[in-house]
This record gives sequence, structure tokens and C-alpha cells, in this order.
Amino acid sequence: MQALWNDSEGLFNPASAPDFLPTQKLKDLQLQRLRAIIRHAYDHVKLFRERCGANNLSPDSVRELSDLGKFPFTVKTDLRDTYPFGLFATGMKDIVRLHASSGTTGKPIVVAYTDEDIKVWANAMERTFSCAGLHSGDVIQNAYGYGLFTGGLGAHYGAESLGATVIPISGGNTERQLMIMKDFGSNAICCTPSYFLHIIEQAKNMGINLKELPLRVGIFGAEPWTMEMGLYMERETGIKCIDIYGLSEITGPGVASMCLHQRGLHIFEDLFYPEIIDPESGDVLDDGEEGELVLTTLCKKAMPMIRYRTRDITRIITEKCPCGRTIRRMERISRRSDDMFIIRGVNVFPSQIEAGLLSVEEALPHYQIVLTRSGGLDQINVEVEVTPEAFSDKIAEVQALQKKIAHAIESIIQIRVTVKLMEPNSLPRSEGKAKRLIDKRAQE
Amino acid sequence: MKIKQISVFLENKPGHLNHAAKTLADAGINLVTLSLADTEQFGILRIIVKEWEKAEHLLKENGFVVKVNEVIATQVRDEPGGLAEILDVIEKAGLNIEYMYAFTFRCNGEAVMMFRFTDTDAAAKVLTDSGMNVIGEIDLFDKSC
Repeated sequence: MQALWNDSEGLFNPASAPDFLPTQKLKDLQLQRLRAIIRHAYDHVKLFRERCGANNLSPDSVRELSDLGKFPFTVKTDLRDTYPFGLFATGMKDIVRLHASSGTTGKPIVVAYTDEDIKVWANAMERTFSCAGLHSGDVIQNAYGYGLFTGGLGAHYGAESLGATVIPISGGNTERQLMIMKDFGSNAICCTPSYFLHIIEQAKNMGINLKELPLRVGIFGAEPWTMEMGLYMERETGIKCIDIYGLSEITGPGVASMCLHQRGLHIFEDLFYPEIIDPESGDVLDDGEEGELVLTTLCKKAMPMIRYRTRDITRIITEKCPCGRTIRRMERISRRSDDMFIIRGVNVFPSQIEAGLLSVEEALPHYQIVLTRSGGLDQINVEVEVTPEAFSDKIAEVQALQKKIAHAIESIIQIRVTVKLMEPNSLPRSEGKAKRLIDKRAQE
Repeated sequence: MKIKQISVFLENKPGHLNHAAKTLADAGINLVTLSLADTEQFGILRIIVKEWEKAEHLLKENGFVVKVNEVIATQVRDEPGGLAEILDVIEKAGLNIEYMYAFTFRCNGEAVMMFRFTDTDAAAKVLTDSGMNVIGEIDLFDKSC
């Protein structure tokens, strides 16, 4: 059920109805969809059928939701190995759209959508915007990149489905973004958090006070960001920061979203079924336990994903959300297995460094982590741009700031770091996903 | 009494000092004096110029992190004990010096100490009351020709 022409108040969006289903009804719906998607994948995806065969599994093996745990995982390399169209479950005549992820190493990952898949995706994104308190009549500035990246078009269709006014500005050209934000009175901005940092900085340069604009919410995804970074952005702009989660392999943005209570992300689990597993053993863990998020698309026809390993570490939050949604929440993803680096035998996530850096009072948001090796010893260098507020004419005070930052980070990761203060704008700015980690260890 | 001083954050890398200096030179801003405090990783360039507001604006526009503070310029008698005389006054009054640097006027070769005190106002009063030759803004820029 979509929002209708007269649903512009934002009290309740009919499209969000599945978010509030009684738990048993939700489970019935999930089981019904799970059976159908397993059969569909079995009938049309060779790789999945072969793996089922090897484990004596068939679509009839699904009697209850927990039976999903018997099925084999799908991993990222499966998509690479079957590049480009090997996991498609429909013929090209039913596929209306292709997207591809930026293959950082070699070939990209290609994903496909039928007409109905696009509608389901738009519905998930519409529910995401509803979670953020947006409704028809709001102006949504969509600064996610339009193109092969799922962010731009995913948010676009969702915002249109909501009945909001979309500004399809895409990423980049920050001065123009700000001019339009001001002149068109945007109520929401969709972009990566690192790009929004850049927008904040540019607004200052242009003398625009974001707190005076009608902007009230930021829909931030496509890369992990810490709570500390969110607090910084809220303090600087007066908006609410909403974390959204998604991945191309599953659909793109719209898998899960924070609501205005900002405690964890609601998973649109009537569409995307979550499991948490032990990343080592592959065993399914109970709700509340921390592990790797595994997702199964319950409705995706062109490219069903059964038990896709996201490499993202989180846990299911069992407490009820004050917003009343009955769909389960997961903890914010601050740790992506893919981002983790090992230094002197210790696992470190860039987000831990960000959290430490931004916990100090001076909160310097522009940073970069550079890993180096000298004399066989790995070193973490955190390069941080200094701001006029944090700068002092006294050497001792600047050094004290350096020490304070290093100490805040060290208290989290328990490894020594070298903090290097940089001149403003000396670190690269991002219009999409930021590259915060530079590993130079192999070069030395 | 008090003189505006501009401090600029510099990364300790070749060319960075030159960039700051050139930014001011291109606008025809003359440096009365400067001091550079440096550590292994960064430096702080402190400069005294007549048109400090223009310099501050220019540097900021060119992407530098800038801070404006007040310092006190005091003429030093060019003979043994000249500096000690001033430091005595400062010590007796219990004033805290953050840092200091010296320079001489181009025209007459008189020596001047620039002091950055924790409490600039209190220091200005103590030095003046003790008969030290505290140089005001007008004098400073006049004498620097």
C-alpha cells in the first residue's frame, strides 16, 4: 500500500504498514516468501541448485524459517566467479535494470532487477524515508551518485514513491549543492557522511548557516560512520542524522534504516531476512549475539540471494523500539570485516580510530589513517586537519592537543598511534565513499 | 599598548613557509618581524604586520589556519643588563611569559622584545607602571619604516 495523494501529514505512511505487523503474521509472511524464493532460486540458478544437491537439500527442505540455516552461504566471490550474469534467475527480457558495484579489485559485481524488483526496492526506500520522518510535501536533495552505483537511483525511486519532491542533483559540485539546498529549501539530504562533512565545510566558507535552512534530516549511508561523527554533524548543522544500510548484492540502499529514535537500524525483514552467524563456524547465533550479518532476499526475482554473507559485524536488538515498529533492529554497523586491518597482531577497525578522534572536545572531523612500516615495525599514523578553533599560537597547547587525540585513540585500540596535525584541505575530500585508510606497509 | 600578532599553522614540509610568505608578499604586505617556532611535525609562524586584518583575511582565504593574539613590544636598552632589567620586573610581578622573541628596528637599530604573556592586560600595566618602554602600535610601525 503506497502513500496516497492526501497522505501528506507524515503521521503514518501506509507504505510502512509491514513495519508494524504482529510478529506471528510477519513470520508467516516470511516463511511463505522464503519457500517461494528458495524454489525460484533452485529452479533457475545453477550454482545454487548444485550446492543444494551436494547437501541433499531441495526446496521441500524448508518447513520453518529456521530451516534456512541448513542452506549453503553465498559469498562475494560467487558473484565474481559467475560474472557477469551467472546468478540471474530470469531471462534478459524480464530484466529492466542492471547496476554494478565499483569493483575495487578487478571485475565489478553486477546485479539485476525485474520491474517488480524495482518496485520492491522503491518500497523499501520509501519506508526508509518514512523512518526518517519524511513525507510527501518534503523536498529531498539526493546527492548520492546516479549511475551504476545503486545509491542514486535507489534513493530517487524511494523518494518519488513517497510522494516527496526529489532534487536529483547527484554527487559533486558542492557550491551548487549548497545554493540549491538554500534556494529550494531542501528538507533532507541523501549522501555519504563523508560528503556531508565536505558540505558542512563548504557552507562555512560560503557563509551559509545550515542551522537556519529548512534542512532537518540527513540520510547517510554507503559507508560506515561512527556515532561520534553523527553527533559532530548534528551539532554543526542542527539536523538529525539517520543511518541507512544496504548493499548492491541484496538490493542497494533500503535494507535497513534508523528511525527518529536513532537506536539501531530497523531491518525491512519482510523483504530481507536477516541471520547472525559466527563468522568462523558459520553457525546461526541467537538474537542479541554479535556476529556476521547474513541476508536472504525474500522477494528478489531477477537475482535472488540466499544467505549472502555481508562481512558486516552486528547483532539483533531484541528490545522493542519506542517508535512501535515490530520489525527487528540491528546494531549500527561500525565494523566492516573488509575494512579491518591487523597491526602488530591486533585487529583494528577504522571506526575505532574515528570514535577516539571525535571524542576529544576539539572534534576534528577530517582525518586519514596511514599505515607505515619502519624497521620492521608497523605504525599507525593518524593525519588530522587542524581547525582555527583548535589551533593555538602556543606550541605546548598544540602538542597537548596532539597528545590528547593520540591518547583518546590509544585508549580504544590499545596500540600506540602517531597523530600528525595537517593544514586544512591537505587531505583529499570525497564526493562518495571516503578512502580513510592508506596502507603503505607493502611499499616499505 | 598591545600589538596584534598573527599565528599561522604550518606543516613541517618543504615549501609551506614559502607559501605563507608569498601569500603576504603578493599582496604587498610588509613583515615588521616574525618568529618561527617549530617541532618535528609542525611549525607555528608568528608575524607582526601593520595591516593585520588584511593579512588574516588573505591567509584564511588561502587555506591557512590562523589565530590572532595580542603581544607586548618592549624596547630594550642596548647595553648589558638591558633584558635582565625587564625580566626582573616581569618576575617580581609574577607574570607568566608564554614565549618571546627579539628583533631590531631597521632605521635606528634599537632592540625590541616581543612578549606573549598569559595575561596580556596585566602585563601591559605592570611594564608601563615600572617605567619600561612599552611600544604602542603606532610607534612600532613608524619606527620600522
